[in-house]
Parts: sequence; structure tokens; C-alpha cells
Amino acid sequence: MALSKDPGQATAQEFEHSLKDNAHQLVGHLESGNFGEALLVIHAINQARDRGLYHEVGQLTRALHNAIVNFQIDTTHALGGDNDTSKISDASDRLDYVVQLTDKAANRTMDLVEASVPKVADLGQQANALKADWQRLQRREMAADEFRDLYRRVGEFLEQTESTSKDLSTNLNDILLAQDYQDLTGQVIKRVTTLVHDVEESLVNLVRMAGQVDRITGINHGESPEDGKKSSSRGEGPQIHADKREDVVSGQDEVDDLLSSLGF
Amino acid sequence: MKILIVDDFSTMRRIIKNLLRDLGFTNTAEADDGNTALPMLQSGSFDFLVTDWNMPGMSGIDLLRAVRADERLKHLPVLMVTAEAKRDQIIEAAQAGVNGYVVKPFTAQALKEKIEKIFERVQAK
Repeated sequence: MALSKDPGQATAQEFEHSLKDNAHQLVGHLESGNFGEALLVIHAINQARDRGLYHEVGQLTRALHNAIVNFQIDTTHALGGDNDTSKISDASDRLDYVVQLTDKAANRTMDLVEASVPKVADLGQQANALKADWQRLQRREMAADEFRDLYRRVGEFLEQTESTSKDLSTNLNDILLAQDYQDLTGQVIKRVTTLVHDVEESLVNLVRMAGQVDRITGINHGESPEDGKKSSSRGEGPQIHADKREDVVSGQDEVDDLLSSLGF
Repeated sequence: MKILIVDDFSTMRRIIKNLLRDLGFTNTAEADDGNTALPMLQSGSFDFLVTDWNMPGMSGIDLLRAVRADERLKHLPVLMVTAEAKRDQIIEAAQAGVNGYVVKPFTAQALKEKIEKIFERVQAK
């Protein structure tokens, strides 16, 4: 957003300057009993203050307007319309899309793993059974018809191994492909991050301009009341930069150390 | 051994369910927050509770406190599997009577170790 950094500052300084000059005059007039002149000076101070104020409020309004236009914030919604093309609601839609994609990929991967696990278990079991009989054959403990049966089973096992390994490699490939969401979600998240950054910058500008209005009008907001301590039962979600923070553990080992220090 | 898995994300419930099955625990049920989990615990004969912390509705730490406050459930072993990683929170969970704490992202090995450790202690009592 194109807000120059100094006009508000300049107006406020100009006003303070003229306030100082006028104050000297005012004191002079009052001391010499010149009340008519004194009232004129007070009037001039008031006018300067109003001019500065109108200027600042004008700037603030324009900045707000720009912010709304830049982010296409949907004011028609507030006015009863149903147009939903704002960048903010677009960003929420995009993030919903990320949730959907990652959810789909996780479930697809788990479907494939769950389909593969019994196939592997089955092959392992059959190999195990064949191995036992194979060892009996090696020890020459096997009768002729038992051997014919084993011969048939080995043949079947080889065929099944071939078809199962085909299935498994298809599943593994599909698991690989299910990870393609990373590219798409990465792009979406980057766009949303840029938007959040722009919004933050605009808000900081607005706050600065509002601060100039406060300065000219002499409004003092005092300390904003401390927000009630956030209920810890709500949780905070994953910690970013856990390794750089003292109050956060950076892995299971630290959790275990902490708990054992508590007598667990 | 009947286990209740509580997490608001179905994918995480599924992962935990699969890991538990791998460890030989096939009798599991699922709930998506404390409000749905608590009545299930009260009416079903669960032997073990695995819960997330951060969930809409009733959170995991509140569920843990409700379990410890319930005369019939207060000895139920509870394992917390969560992304909450602040020291204060881990201490809070310990004070509320959690039996184990696993931070996400976790490994199958970590989950296995904690569960085995909890069962060892329960059986030793």
C-alpha cells in the first residue's frame, strides 16, 4: 500500500510548533491584560488544531479505503449483498483447499498401506509354512504323496509371489504419487503468507496514522486492559521454532527428561 | 484390552489405530473430542485412553481431569499424544494425572515404548 511515512508526522509537528509560538503570544497578551488579543490567539490555536485534525482524519480515511480496495474486503456483505470475492475469504478458501488436499493424501496413503499389509503378511505366512515342509524334505522325512503336494504348493507360491509383488509395487507407486499435494499446498500457502504480510503492513500504517490523530487531539487511551490469561486447557497447537524457545520442549527426549524430573 | 482413541483429526486417529493394531491391540474405538469421549468411557468398558490435547468442544486436558474426577474411571491409564509442547503444559498434564505424554510428530517406536511402560506400571500395581 502506498502510504508515505511522514505527512502525518509533519502535520503534527507543524501544529505543535504553532502551538508553542502561539503560547508565548498568549502568555504575553494575558500578562499585559490584553484579553481581546488573547482570545484571538486561542481562536487561532483552535483553528490550527482543527486543520491538522481534518488533515489527519482525511489521511486515515483514505488509507482505510485503500486497504479495503487493495484486499477487496467484501463490504457488500456487511451491507447485505452476497458478493464473496474478497482476498481474505479467498485466502480462507485456499487454506480449506490445503486441508482437503492433505486430508485426501493422508487417507489415500493409509488406504494403500492398509491394502498392502495383509498381502505381505500372507506371503510371509506361506513362506514360513513352505520352509518348514522344505526342511522336512531336506531331511528326507517326506513321503512321496506329501512331496507331490509340496511341489504343487511351491508352484502356486511362486505365482502368488509374482502377482503380489506386482500389486505391491503398484501400491508403492500410488503412495509416491499421493505426495504430489506438497507442491500444490506449498504454492497456496505461499500466496496466503504474502497476503497476511501485506495486511499486517497496512494495519501498521493505519495504526501509525491513527496515532497522529491522537497526538493532535490529545486523546490518551491509557493502558489497554490486559487480556484475561488465555485458558491453557484450549491448547496452542504445534510450536514453531521450538528449538529456539526455552519454555518449549523440542522433542520426545526432552518430554521424557522433564517427566522423569517430576518423578515419572 | 479395549482402547479409546480421541483426536479431532480422523487421519491422526487412523494412524494411531494402525500403530496400535501393529502392537497387537485390535479392539479400539474413536471419538473426536472430550464431549463425545466421556460418555463412551462412562458406558463402555475401556482399559486405556489415548487422547489429543487441542480439540474443539472438550479439550484433552479437561477430559483427563473429568476422568480423574470420576469415581469409576479415575484409575484408567491415559496417554496424551499431542502437538502441545510447552513445559508448563507437560507439567500441567502430569499434575492432572496423565500416565504418559507423547509429542507430535512422534515415531511408532516412541508410542510403543510409552504404551508398554504404562502397562508395565499398571500391572506392577
